[in-house]
Amino acid sequence: MRVFLAALLAVLSLPIDAAQAPPAYPAQQRGPGDPVLAARGLTLYTSFCRACHGADMRGGDMGGPNLLRSQLVLGDKNGDAIGPVVRAGRVPAAGGTVMPPMPLPDDDVRALAEYMHSVVFTAQPQGAPPPSAAVALNLLVGNARAGERYFKAECASCHSTTGDLAGIGSRVPNIEQLQNNWVSGRRPAAAAPPGPPGPAVSAQTARSTVRVTVTLAGGEQVTGRLVRMDEFTVSLTTDAGDYRSFTRRGTPRVEAVRVDDPLAGHRALWTKLSNKTMHDVTAYLAGLK
Amino acid sequence: MKRARMSLVQLIGTGLALITLTSATLAQAPAAAPVLAPEALKQPLAGDWTSYSGDYTGQRYSRLTQVTPANVKNLTLAWATRISTDLRGDVATGGEGKGDFPVGQAAMRGTVLEVNGILYATSPDHVWAIDGRDGRELWHFFWKSRGSLHIGNRGAAIWNNSLLFETPDNYLVSIDVRTGKENWHVEIADLDQQYFSTMAPIVVGDQVLVGTGNDLDAPGFLQSFDARTGKRNWIHYTVPMNPGDPGLDTWPSLDAARHGGGQVWVPGVYDPETNLYIFSTGNPTPGYTGISRKGDNLFTCTLMAVNMSTGKMAWYYQTSPHDTHDWDSAQTPVLIDGVIDGKPRKLVSTAARNGYFFTLDRVTGEHIVTAPFGKTINWSKGLRKTGQPEPDPEKSAIVPGSLVSPMEAGVTNWPPPAFNPDLGLFYVAESNSFNILYLTDPDPRGSMGLGGKRWSILGFESNALRAIDYRNGKAVWRREWPQGASMGGGLLTTATGLLFSGDGSGNFVALDAKNGDILWHTRIGSISNAPQTFEIDGRQHVLVGVGDMLYSFAIY
Repeated sequence: MRVFLAALLAVLSLPIDAAQAPPAYPAQQRGPGDPVLAARGLTLYTSFCRACHGADMRGGDMGGPNLLRSQLVLGDKNGDAIGPVVRAGRVPAAGGTVMPPMPLPDDDVRALAEYMHSVVFTAQPQGAPPPSAAVALNLLVGNARAGERYFKAECASCHSTTGDLAGIGSRVPNIEQLQNNWVSGRRPAAAAPPGPPGPAVSAQTARSTVRVTVTLAGGEQVTGRLVRMDEFTVSLTTDAGDYRSFTRRGTPRVEAVRVDDPLAGHRALWTKLSNKTMHDVTAYLAGLK
Repeated sequence: MKRARMSLVQLIGTGLALITLTSATLAQAPAAAPVLAPEALKQPLAGDWTSYSGDYTGQRYSRLTQVTPANVKNLTLAWATRISTDLRGDVATGGEGKGDFPVGQAAMRGTVLEVNGILYATSPDHVWAIDGRDGRELWHFFWKSRGSLHIGNRGAAIWNNSLLFETPDNYLVSIDVRTGKENWHVEIADLDQQYFSTMAPIVVGDQVLVGTGNDLDAPGFLQSFDARTGKRNWIHYTVPMNPGDPGLDTWPSLDAARHGGGQVWVPGVYDPETNLYIFSTGNPTPGYTGISRKGDNLFTCTLMAVNMSTGKMAWYYQTSPHDTHDWDSAQTPVLIDGVIDGKPRKLVSTAARNGYFFTLDRVTGEHIVTAPFGKTINWSKGLRKTGQPEPDPEKSAIVPGSLVSPMEAGVTNWPPPAFNPDLGLFYVAESNSFNILYLTDPDPRGSMGLGGKRWSILGFESNALRAIDYRNGKAVWRREWPQGASMGGGLLTTATGLLFSGDGSGNFVALDAKNGDILWHTRIGSISNAPQTFEIDGRQHVLVGVGDMLYSFAIY
């Protein structure tokens, strides 16, 4: 039922959104179709097709294949390919469930096809299926005690559960966001709302905490926040707010460049952290209310 | 809507009719040498850049010697040109669309051909001929699109006086390479089934090979067309399509196999001695939810050889069994005439997106080497006896999140590698990234396309350029870029011992191919295609693209 409602909601909500969206990817080439005809098609689909092909057209328990990726459905024009199969039924070449014939009149076939195409139209980019209602998934599978032991051994030199991480489980109630934040080392937003996490912070933004010290010939040292660095140039902003930029192989000679990345420990962590330990620490942090 | 939709057969018919006319016209003209005879494509890469990889080997090793490690510091800008998609002026057009599809900026993300001083550049729906001496446009062809994903175009091919290219809405278009006017076009895949086409066609004799892309659970295939008429010679599906097809036992059902992906979207290489075309295939679908396609999923993520006469598979080697990370093995392989255990061998090597390097016997497909070239890859439980990395199910998308290296883009991607036969070194961009991969659609039927997951990108452990000994897969040298965050666009090496690459930070860099020392650089922006080199009027040019800009460098 959940899936059925989701499909229904997706279909009902879609002509409005879709009309405004540019045809950015192949599923949208055909346009949303006629909503009145599609609505009639949904009624027919529910009666004749849903039991085998599923409420969301992605295949059903009774063995009907996924229609959203069916080459026959995708290539159909106004029922010209769907109609003959509906009327004649089908015996799959490689075995499987036999589709019985259903003698529907032309206008019903047309409505059915319109409905199917309207659902295909709601597909997401890169072939992903139409959106469905959020499924409650349990991400909290770790052992909090094991996570606490790991935290004390590996994290406590920089972080404190009574300091920077006090109440982190309440401040970041979304488990996925909490895990993404602590593994990456990105600071959580002041009050992250529940629900799906927001856009990922770019690597560039994450680097803004990196500090760099440039040592010039003669011993002068310039320190500040790293702006950018490649093999040829290193640029920084000093604590006084001055932009300084150096040619690494120029004059005065840059003798040394030292980078202090507070997230270096996190990067090192990625190479050794197991999924289990990651989930354990997440469970531990989630419990810090 | 009354617009007649032509079938492939009808289109081929139209193409035949058109070509008949063209042939008749040509027959009256005095016989002149064609711009590029197919036989010339067999020449090792030197003066001209005649096909996607420069020659059939995929080595991107130029025999030009004017630019050397000693004088590369004198390389200077010969010209820079912004490639314009502006349709005002004298633009030849073709296409089945209404002309209402938005025209975007040009994007140099593939090979620019060079023949007799003229460059041929492409972008989705566009082809330009450009004078290689000064970068001025000679002609511009525009294809009115029916739509589709305009993700990129990897270049064109030339057969005699025809230039052939693919369009996002799945046509192979032949235009007159001298004038930019269309000869014919044929449909190569169905837009309604959500195919889109980006590949640079490859000409072998009078055949032109084309591939296509698709993210929606559709079968992949390689096709051969007659370069003269546009008539299809053969189609080779990369997944089982019928009961009894080889590989079907690596899928739970025929339905799963027929929706199993394995797209062919990067050009392969050709061995004239064996008449084998060797290429690699894309990911299985659904991409991230393997539950509905248990098994190895042949022939997705596979390096395979196809006989050009028959279109039949001669051998295969799957470099990523049962991929669940969208790590297409769609990288251009490299033909190497090498020595293994003291014996001369005919080899093919590939560095796959999944982070493993492979060397095989290119005549038989016999496995010789597997070695990781990703520094942080963590998704495999180890190698099978066959040398194939065994996936760790724990490192697929899982509900509570899996910490996976690399992220979707892979350790490397389509930007091509290079091989220097003088040094025996295979060069590849190496990107060591991490993400946390969450399964968001636990439906036992699996998801579709690349759906059903969400990721959080953690960042890069490092980005580097790696030189690999093809005989054992070991790194001979490795240069880590300080903060590079992309793969640099592809590689070029030369007989004088140079290696050209982007550094991921907007610099175009020349390195010593022996040891990776930096010899020259210029900051022109993020390199978007592999560097190339050719000779015009006695001068060696080094060409590279940055978005809609082309830069040509030379020594004066």
